[in-house]
Amino acid sequence: MAKKIRVLIAKPGLDGHDRGAKVIARALRDAGMEVIYTGLRQTPEMIAAAALQEDVNAVGLSILSGAHMTLVPRVLDLLKANGQGNVIVFVGGIIPAPDVEKLKKTGVRAVFGPGTATAEVVAALREASA
Amino acid sequence: MESTAERIRGGDRLALARLITDIENDQGDYQKVLDDLYPHSGKAHIIGITGPPGSGKSTLVNCLARQFKRIKSDTSKIGIIAVDPSSPFSGGALLGDRVRMNYHATDADIFIRSMASRGALGGIALATDNVAIAMDAAGYDPLLIETVGAGQSEVEIASLAHTTIVVEAPGLGDDVQAAKAGLLEIADILVVNKADKPTADTTAASLARMLSLGEELKGKHPGTHWEVPLVKTSAVDCEGIAALVEHIQSHHDYLQDSGEWAKSDQQRMRKQVNHLLRETLFVSWQEHYDHKAYNDLMVQVLQHQISPHQAAQLLLHGE
Repeated sequence: MAKKIRVLIAKPGLDGHDRGAKVIARALRDAGMEVIYTGLRQTPEMIAAAALQEDVNAVGLSILSGAHMTLVPRVLDLLKANGQGNVIVFVGGIIPAPDVEKLKKTGVRAVFGPGTATAEVVAALREASA
Repeated sequence: MESTAERIRGGDRLALARLITDIENDQGDYQKVLDDLYPHSGKAHIIGITGPPGSGKSTLVNCLARQFKRIKSDTSKIGIIAVDPSSPFSGGALLGDRVRMNYHATDADIFIRSMASRGALGGIALATDNVAIAMDAAGYDPLLIETVGAGQSEVEIASLAHTTIVVEAPGLGDDVQAAKAGLLEIADILVVNKADKPTADTTAASLARMLSLGEELKGKHPGTHWEVPLVKTSAVDCEGIAALVEHIQSHHDYLQDSGEWAKSDQQRMRKQVNHLLRETLFVSWQEHYDHKAYNDLMVQVLQHQISPHQAAQLLLHGE
């Protein structure tokens, strides 16, 4: 059985806009990946626990609430604390340009804003997991 | 340095998660780890949950885990394996069962693993057996295994689980559907979920008739065997779950007392060993076979001079 890329798509925080997360989940599925989707309103603790039990290669965080500078570093810290510092973390949603650089400095691999082609996300993830 | 098996038994959840990945991918030295774990398995009550897509299996599993936690001791750990289908086209999968299980997301005593079916057609993945052994040895008991949304013939779970729960929902068919062979036959416990819907009673009634007719036709007498109970639940509010768990425990006791538990374990183990023998024999045959003879025979089969059966016989036994 060939190795599969396993990705957790999670929606941390309190906004209820899950269309983007679902589109990405579907695109990754169609690209042959195994995508775990956990639904709305996840805490960083819930996300880290799921990432561990599911032994994922990557975690995609979809945030449209503006709370990314609080939530994303917390997820990264928890992953590291659990021995999963090697997991690729990418972020999607409404992220202001100055924050994109800050997030990348904390360890986020890529940030995908509105209008990103799904093929771009797939290619970036494949490259990062290679 | 502790071995991987020791770490898994000691509660290292990341080690368990990584072993499951290796089992699924058939990579690394997972077989050795499973060999070490195997003597510690065989304790868990394996409970299969199957039924059509959308009947509420994941929601029900969420409620079951909650109820088991409530009635079992503080030290008990519950394992959940949730299987969803892989795409026959891309090989990818969307594993969405955790959406209904968020209640347990951060519970350190509950381990939830989503599995893609990866082409297997029986409702579970090929690797599910081995994943169950690993979680069993890690101390998870009960082990709840949710199949892919099953239609009529995805009955593989019955040979893996001690107790098989078939979850039906109102509005999915009449009493002819209920009489058909397959999925309903494997139920040790039959659940009509979504009991809050107005047509739930009609569904329950036609399933109850199906069950009692089955008993009559088989000439079974009350009290001499396991009679499949029909339980109504409304998993969205976790209603009817205490009764369901009581039935699960009665079935557990029935299996133990009647010797059926040992019998089903024996059947399962025999099947696994036979499966491995078949695979290993094929692989070892492949290492020694005559490539030229093989290719020549293939040409003859392609030209319809001999049948595939004759070709196989010739390869195994010669002229």
